[in-house]
Amino acid sequence: MLRVTDVTCARGGIPVLSEVSFDVAAGQALVLRGPNGIGKTTLLRTLAGLQPALAGVVDADADDLAYASHADGIKTALSVTENLKFWADIYGNPVPDTIWEAFDLADLQDRIAGTLSAGQKRRLGLARLGVIGRKILFLDEPTVSLDGFSVKLFAKWLQNTHLAGGGIAVIATHIDLGIEAPELDLTPFKADLDIGGGTDEAFL
Amino acid sequence: MIALLLRDLRLAVRAGGGFGLGLAFFLIVIILVPFGVGPQVDLLTRIAPGILWVASLLAALLSLDRIFALDFEDGSLGLLATSPLPLEGAALMKALAHWITTGLPLTIVAPALGFLLSLASEAYSYLLLSLLLGTPALSMIGTFGAALTVGLRRGGLLLSLLVLPLYVPTLIFGAEAVRRGADGLDATGALILLGMITAGCFALLPFATAATLRMNLR
Repeated sequence: MLRVTDVTCARGGIPVLSEVSFDVAAGQALVLRGPNGIGKTTLLRTLAGLQPALAGVVDADADDLAYASHADGIKTALSVTENLKFWADIYGNPVPDTIWEAFDLADLQDRIAGTLSAGQKRRLGLARLGVIGRKILFLDEPTVSLDGFSVKLFAKWLQNTHLAGGGIAVIATHIDLGIEAPELDLTPFKADLDIGGGTDEAFL
Repeated sequence: MIALLLRDLRLAVRAGGGFGLGLAFFLIVIILVPFGVGPQVDLLTRIAPGILWVASLLAALLSLDRIFALDFEDGSLGLLATSPLPLEGAALMKALAHWITTGLPLTIVAPALGFLLSLASEAYSYLLLSLLLGTPALSMIGTFGAALTVGLRRGGLLLSLLVLPLYVPTLIFGAEAVRRGADGLDATGALILLGMITAGCFALLPFATAATLRMNLR
């Protein structure tokens, strides 16, 4: 269960979204919508704990949270297996055997990540979510540079493995993933420019 | 934590990782000095401790900006910050990986280069010991500096300017220990102070580094 209450978040000291509230139950996903610059990334980073909220409460166990950004965090000098193994070790999990099939990486296991195409790298980056074993995922444009087939593959993993196992996902995306999920339009939460965000913010 | 250390070491020895660059730089600087100073053995013997230590500082400096910059660019620093590994631990492991890839090799080859500078024969053990005690502090201070400049586009030069003054105490006591060893004096005091600086750095700077990273990741 993820409960977000009246969260106000800022980017570069300027509030972008104010008093965002929503609940996501276990096994559910939530899709964030809104035009570019509305603050989807900022909200996800705030919820994931990378930056403090100006106000409001995120009610979730910090040990359940995981964040996936535009960047995949892939080391191009390491092989596909080494990349996944590293994140599995950091989270203290084994690499599940099913992950290779789920993200269509079986043929790429021994390839050096630097030789992968953009879409293959993205699949590897998403496969990281499958090895870290976190319940609540904050996904920022997870399908960038994926082809239609890979999008379906990812949606299938999200629906059948992650959500079916009681996980939660909050996804910022512009495309239709094809999963059953309510949508939240962030446009009504756009912050007025005159609230919050003093100069002390950098030291909070 | 060990996983991060192993990954960084593996990255350092893979193509383009830069392992050995600092060491090669150290070698060349030391070899250049006799050419510049000329064949005056007495003078070389006298300046050898200082030259060896200054060259170590510069060599350690060379690879500092890579400590966090690459992880920042490819996004893994943000992912590490949200992982169960505390950033303090990550900072410590980064410093350790930097030391293993630069400080430790420097320490090992330094006696051979001391020979090139005709370092006094009594000083070799002190050179080895002082570098062993002092170079970890260089890596830890450098890691803190790298965290300060992580988001900056041309952070490398700024990093040098920030970090070199912080290296001064280590340089003073490191070179002093070797000089005293060469003169046959008791170097225990200098070595103890050198060890204390290193211990202090490792006790405090991981926390400062982690706090700096958190601020820079916003």
